[in-house]
Amino acid sequence: MNTYEPAEVVLLAHGSGGSMGHELVEKRLLWHISNATLNRLDDSAVLNGHRRLAFTTDGYVISPIIFPGGDIGRLAVCGTVNDLAMVGAQPVGLSLALIVEEGLPLRTLDTIMRSVHDACGEAGVDIVTGDTKVVSRGQADQLFVTTSGIGLLAEGTDISGSRAQPGDSIILSGCIAEHGVAVMSAREGLSFRTTIVSDCAPLNGLVREMLAAASEGIHTMRDPTRGGVATSLNEIASQSHVGITIDESVLPIRDEVYSACDMLGLDPLYVANEGKLIAICAPEMAADTLAAMRGHRLGKDAAIVGQVSDDKPGRVVMRTRMGTTRLIQMLAGELLPRIC
Amino acid sequence: MRFVDEFRDSKTARAIAERITRISTKPAQFMEFCGSHTHALLRFGIRDMLPPAVSMRSGPGCPVCVTSTHDIDRAIAISRMPGVTVATYGDLVRVPGSRSSLEYARASGADVRVVYSALDALALAEANPSTDLVLVGIGFETTAPTIAASVVQAMRKEVNNYRVLSLLKRTPPVMEALLSLGEIKIDGILCPGHVSVITGMEPYAAIPSRFGVGCVVSGFEPLDILRAIEILAQQCEAGTPDVANAYERAVSIAGNRVAQDLMNEVFSPCAAEWRGLGQVKDSGLSFNPQYANFDATTRYAPEVAPAEDPSGCRCGDVLRGSCLPEDCTLFREACTPQRPIGPCMVSHEGACAAYFAYSTHT
Repeated sequence: MNTYEPAEVVLLAHGSGGSMGHELVEKRLLWHISNATLNRLDDSAVLNGHRRLAFTTDGYVISPIIFPGGDIGRLAVCGTVNDLAMVGAQPVGLSLALIVEEGLPLRTLDTIMRSVHDACGEAGVDIVTGDTKVVSRGQADQLFVTTSGIGLLAEGTDISGSRAQPGDSIILSGCIAEHGVAVMSAREGLSFRTTIVSDCAPLNGLVREMLAAASEGIHTMRDPTRGGVATSLNEIASQSHVGITIDESVLPIRDEVYSACDMLGLDPLYVANEGKLIAICAPEMAADTLAAMRGHRLGKDAAIVGQVSDDKPGRVVMRTRMGTTRLIQMLAGELLPRIC
Repeated sequence: MRFVDEFRDSKTARAIAERITRISTKPAQFMEFCGSHTHALLRFGIRDMLPPAVSMRSGPGCPVCVTSTHDIDRAIAISRMPGVTVATYGDLVRVPGSRSSLEYARASGADVRVVYSALDALALAEANPSTDLVLVGIGFETTAPTIAASVVQAMRKEVNNYRVLSLLKRTPPVMEALLSLGEIKIDGILCPGHVSVITGMEPYAAIPSRFGVGCVVSGFEPLDILRAIEILAQQCEAGTPDVANAYERAVSIAGNRVAQDLMNEVFSPCAAEWRGLGQVKDSGLSFNPQYANFDATTRYAPEVAPAEDPSGCRCGDVLRGSCLPEDCTLFREACTPQRPIGPCMVSHEGACAAYFAYSTHT
């Protein structure tokens, strides 16, 4: 008999943002540091006793560090600003820690720091504290960045992955899968030419408009980064114990992204976004929320893409263009292009 | 309108599905040979559009899935040799060998890269002249010509650190082996579209008369597949199995001669081991003598023990169409995409992965 007993090591697939990543976090990390605030597993913590304060942190290890439409600096600012925005908070200050591999051209560092500055300007926030470490060649891949952020929540805002309710509408803020396809197009060994650029952008301005239009109607927000829309919807369905149905025919996606995914054998629902959000809101507030989103530069392609139900809690399904229904699972393992 | 939209029109799809329902008076079982067809059948929900009389079985057309545990073990052994970088396609890195996988080998220090094409692997070899780059070459006639092209180019450019572990497979011999087995009743074959672009229609010519089974080449869009199934259903009802091309926009009778010549220049047919089918004569591709320098097996002869497939895993049965993924007791329980036991759960083209990802019948 042949029993396959894999060694207990961290795999690249643990970092893909899908179900393996969840398993690592839930079984290995939370085990040691579990507490009520952390266990909510929302994009930012809302601090107990300081209901108005949100706090989040994120590490960035993207390769290549400069990609079509952005770089690791812009990504690190937007990612943290967006995590704050996903609980309804506006950023008041960010930290920036750089781990630099020896040999990184200073010109590259300049480019990235200029992006940090520009993205902060767009989000209306400053880097208020920072740290820099240099490690010897091979101990990091050019540049790793960690940002943390503190944000303030307005009165009455209560947004969480666990608040989606049956009957709610699901709104997507714009066209999906652009960041992942843009990065993949720039990656060594996967060269294909495309004009697609990353959608990387700070979403706090868009969120401000949404909250102004429908503050208490918005129950859940998520930015579908690694693992894509499919993984975020699965997280919400399981955190809120609800069923989710989306409609393929209304999913916003650009033709060139759709074609690139088709060619590479990738399902756009699993490809990363860095400037999009999913909002789940009370049905009677859906029209106002959508109108507010469409009035903002980053939400002009927003669309209602599905509904929340009490059918089969934890499960996400999609009505296909063909009129049939298929299951949408969480991403498992790494996202790989097909071979035939 | 996007190019593919005209092949995904739901009204036309329903009309074809209704025609299939109307003409199917007796039970018919068709095999979709290719993993991409299995994937499309589930992703677009086409199985649910077919009448109860028409059932579909998956075949051995997933290159990752048919790669034997023993061959995976050989690739892992090569990846652990000093000075070697292993490059491979897509999800082969995750397929369990008997004690490890390329993914685990990478996590414990082996240099394993995922590439999109053989030419990318060759470029990696050129960029890193101090390492020996071994491409684990899996795939069918679709992939073989590009691997052959990379070898010809390596020869011309005198790239001496580029090698290929050829686990390439040929479609026609295994199709015949499967039909000769007669294990399950097959009333028609949905033939692989991409493979046929290269091979043309000739490989299927003898099958209808020899085995009484129709062969219809299909594309991968919903309307392509439904149209091909309609033709199979018509042939089956009329009792007139035949070869037909339902993918005319890509497949010609003669196929791609340039690609065929390139493949024949570098490789010759040899016996190959298939998961689920064992050794099949002439179903593999080995290096011709003038290209022996590029053959990873000449340079590295990894000694690996004979391997058994994982206990309880029915990937072999799934690949012969003798069971559906849901018939395996490991499916969705012990075997999931996070913890795959067999390759059919790993590969995006694998039948188990497709049923796991898309099927709402649970």
